[in-house]
Amino acid sequence: MELFSSEETLLKDSASGFMAENASVQALRDLRDQKEALGFNQELHKTLADMGWFGILLPEDAGGYDFGHRAAGLVAEEMGRNLTASPFLSTAVLSAIALRQSGGEHLSEWGPKIATGDAVIALAIDEGAKHNPSRIKATAEPDGNGFILNARKRAVFDGYNADRLIVVAKTGEDTGLFLVDPSTTEVEVERNAMLDSRNAANIQISNLHLDGKDLLCPLDKGATVLEATLRLGRSIAASEQLGVAREVAERTTAYLNERKQFGVPIGMFQALQHRMADLYCQIEQTASLISSALRAIDTISDNAEALSRAAKAKVAKVSRVATEEAVQMHGGIGMTDEVDVGLFMKHDRVLTEMLGDSAHHIDFLLKTRGL
Amino acid sequence: MAERGWTVPSWPKEYGGGDLNGDEAKILKEEMTRINAMSPLESFGIWMLGPALLKYGSHEQKLQHLPKIARGEIRWCQGYSEPGSGSDLASVQTKGVDMGDHFLVSGQKIWTSYADQADWIFALVRTEPDAKKHKGISFLLFDMTSEGVSTKPIRLISGSSPFCETFFDDVKVPMENVVDERGNGWTIAKYLLTHEREMVSNLDAIFGGSAGLYETAIDSIGLDETGRLDDPLLRADIGEFLIDEMALTAHLAAAKDFHRAGNQLGARSAELKYLGTELNKRRQSLVVQAGGLEALSGPEENNGIGNQSASWLRSKGNSIEGGTSEIMLSIISKAVLRLPSLG
Repeated sequence: MELFSSEETLLKDSASGFMAENASVQALRDLRDQKEALGFNQELHKTLADMGWFGILLPEDAGGYDFGHRAAGLVAEEMGRNLTASPFLSTAVLSAIALRQSGGEHLSEWGPKIATGDAVIALAIDEGAKHNPSRIKATAEPDGNGFILNARKRAVFDGYNADRLIVVAKTGEDTGLFLVDPSTTEVEVERNAMLDSRNAANIQISNLHLDGKDLLCPLDKGATVLEATLRLGRSIAASEQLGVAREVAERTTAYLNERKQFGVPIGMFQALQHRMADLYCQIEQTASLISSALRAIDTISDNAEALSRAAKAKVAKVSRVATEEAVQMHGGIGMTDEVDVGLFMKHDRVLTEMLGDSAHHIDFLLKTRGL
Repeated sequence: MAERGWTVPSWPKEYGGGDLNGDEAKILKEEMTRINAMSPLESFGIWMLGPALLKYGSHEQKLQHLPKIARGEIRWCQGYSEPGSGSDLASVQTKGVDMGDHFLVSGQKIWTSYADQADWIFALVRTEPDAKKHKGISFLLFDMTSEGVSTKPIRLISGSSPFCETFFDDVKVPMENVVDERGNGWTIAKYLLTHEREMVSNLDAIFGGSAGLYETAIDSIGLDETGRLDDPLLRADIGEFLIDEMALTAHLAAAKDFHRAGNQLGARSAELKYLGTELNKRRQSLVVQAGGLEALSGPEENNGIGNQSASWLRSKGNSIEGGTSEIMLSIISKAVLRLPSLG
């Protein structure tokens, strides 16, 4: 029941057509089977940027198209449907927004490179198995005009071979976002191929001397910029995961119509019908929740933070059911690598952990309600 | 309000309405909400029969009934379900025998809300015994004071209720009281049921607010030293509920926008009905769980926290009335997902 503006419909259709043709599940398979070290295809990255999607959230004076957050969500949803492997979330969403929120020279320098697909920038925030920005241990100790940075970051998506890292570290009580060149000797980047054939690097930074101008924004603004970055990042990640859920649910429904047992299509059995119908209802209300989160960000509504967290929490639950039901209802063939549903399940699991799982966000929401 | 036609703002003027278009009716509603005005008139006639008569009734039927509905002069009740016809509503057995200028109606209806207070009834009656199941039903309007009509209130697990059993014993119903064609009652019933589901899924009484869940939980259980509810398992259940409540709120808002943009919800009203009623059952269940023994005072105790146990018990009927959750899922399987069906 989503309503789209004509621009949004146009964008959605072009993203849908493009991904299906150029960045499909088969493209991910090829990437995996060729053991591509980057976890994405560089040529494809360039083409996606040529389509304008890497500048979707950047202002025009930084080489972008300023299309809006809902629009970025629509592109991400199509990427989810096709399991498109690209540094979209890390670079065009998280890093672009951190730069945009900070403004200044870094935005002018790196914005255009992001938009043209000439730079990959990764957000180095997580430090343990679970996303928890309130427990960051990385430190940036003041040192003259600059800082000394020490950090041990994990699961830095697209952090392997990135052109720059945005490293989140504490200076006393303040939160700093530092633009770090990973090629310096104080930075050790270890590639970590994930279950979904993408990369998430583990990064060790030891006594790296930084200049004051390596800070994206003044220290007293760091926490606010980071919040805005994560708010949008989790909403776009939720859109991608919605794409995963919708695609596997549709593929499963199609399979129920096609697969015959006991002389009839198995979709005739009520035991399966009601599960699919329930899943459909859950997916649809999740889509509305994600849309409302992105529109709230677009309109700078007070609700945006809560909605973005609810969206991320809810989509993870729904998408898990969608992928699990897909495997179960496909039966034995669903367990084989030949059928795509397993690939959706793997990416879904990674997306759930990325930027916080359901429990993380539900805990936050409950606390804001006083319980 | 009735004089201006604002009890039914979007109905035509000649039938007692306000002749307002969709946007104007929306503005009126918003202004009423803004000044905290009570809705001037709520009735089955307005929600249910009115829309059906506007679509299927004859000009005479509209003139006879709609202005009285708009002015709140006549109370209507709905004669649909029967003891043997619940989810399989089209199996109605109440029969109307053709006597030339009238039908003789006999049979029994159940779950007839406010039948004991209603002036008129709209009922599904099998008038074409030789036609196929769905083609043999007519939509009849008749006076509840007619000879042969009797009612008996039903007591629910949650206490007294507006529901009644309604009995017809050779009730004379004039032929001109058939709405639309004879045998076309099922079409009207389906139209009306979709309407009912939309109505049900928009009812603030069912979906509005958390019914004091969060406050009840904090008051009766308290917080631990980290400021979290001092019952981690219940807290987890409340958290799951919370995100679903936010999702449904967003979804209902989307559905309203979708509808306002001129789209019909159609079978998707089943989706809203299913999600809304199942969520309300969870909410009410969590309220009594959070309230513990405090929430379980019997109906005669006035303990100042509202009758939480009665609301909890009553909510169990949400996923039965207006089409069960299972029927909603079957509708979605068939009409939205296009999965094959047995019949």
